[in-house]
Amino acid sequence: MARPGTRLDSKKVNSELFTLTYGALVSQLMRDYENVDDVNKQLERMGYNIGVRLIEDYLAKTGSGRCYDFRDTAEKIQTGFRLYLGITPVITNWSPAGDEFSLQFDSSPLTEFVELPDHCLGLKYCNVLTGVLRGACEMVQLDITSMFVQDHLKGDSITELRIKFIKRLEDAIPAGED
Amino acid sequence: MFADEILLELLHSELVSYVLPADCKDYKIQGNLSTLEYFGFNSGYRIIERLTKDWPRFKNELETFKFICTDFWSSIYKKQIDNLRTNHQGVYVLQDNGFRFLSRIGTGRQYLDLAPAYIAFTSGVLRGALANLGINCLVTAEVQSMPACKFHIQVQRS
Repeated sequence: MARPGTRLDSKKVNSELFTLTYGALVSQLMRDYENVDDVNKQLERMGYNIGVRLIEDYLAKTGSGRCYDFRDTAEKIQTGFRLYLGITPVITNWSPAGDEFSLQFDSSPLTEFVELPDHCLGLKYCNVLTGVLRGACEMVQLDITSMFVQDHLKGDSITELRIKFIKRLEDAIPAGED
Repeated sequence: MFADEILLELLHSELVSYVLPADCKDYKIQGNLSTLEYFGFNSGYRIIERLTKDWPRFKNELETFKFICTDFWSSIYKKQIDNLRTNHQGVYVLQDNGFRFLSRIGTGRQYLDLAPAYIAFTSGVLRGALANLGINCLVTAEVQSMPACKFHIQVQRS
């Protein structure tokens, strides 16, 4: 979408600035927290806040309706990855009960310029994604949890995100209100 | 493989809320803003190198600033800087009348106190980008009425 007279591609610049800023954030968190688990938790929390807002944009863009089953949900999550990160992960490794599946992808804009130093083994660099998924799904009454089981940045051949269905959320009245 | 534009906005607001505790009522956030500025500096310093690697060298300081105000600004903030002024002695004032990171906040005076937190990142981006182009400077920003903001850049000559 280069404007006439502009030689920079706005989409690309935005994407790269996002990547670099996320990197700056992770390295700041590594400095701020002593424990790497706290960094992972903080990233997840930030992702949650992003997901809660992102779902509105997703629904507006796709006009998507209710999911019939969890396989349907899986496809919609896949669409989300395509829309927002420009990658199409593979849906695979369904559990027999159909309540758990994996998304596999090899690279993503988040990790584009990233190399993890040796002392960062406990760091889940992309943990923001698990938060985004939890936040976004919670807003459409789905309670899910997800975790990275393989990570490209740590020498695995592929990044694998395992997503598990927990329950459907019912509309609940806040405590203390009738 | 590009990240959608909205992600940068959402990430930016997470950065802001990371440095500003949610219950900050009083206006004592100056110390934390330097972290936010540093995020920007870091990213600006790195991205400008990627963006300008195939460009001819800028003729002079003013040309560099013109590039920042037009191509660079519009690729990130969706519009050019509305007004660039300089005294030709190393002071530049960049004015954006509809700043992207303020555009989703209500206008009026209610949230004016929070505005510095939403432009600190960009002050850093400017300082970082200019630093990597060989211009060391001080960047201060002011918001008088949302969503407009002004960046004052003072070039440090040694």
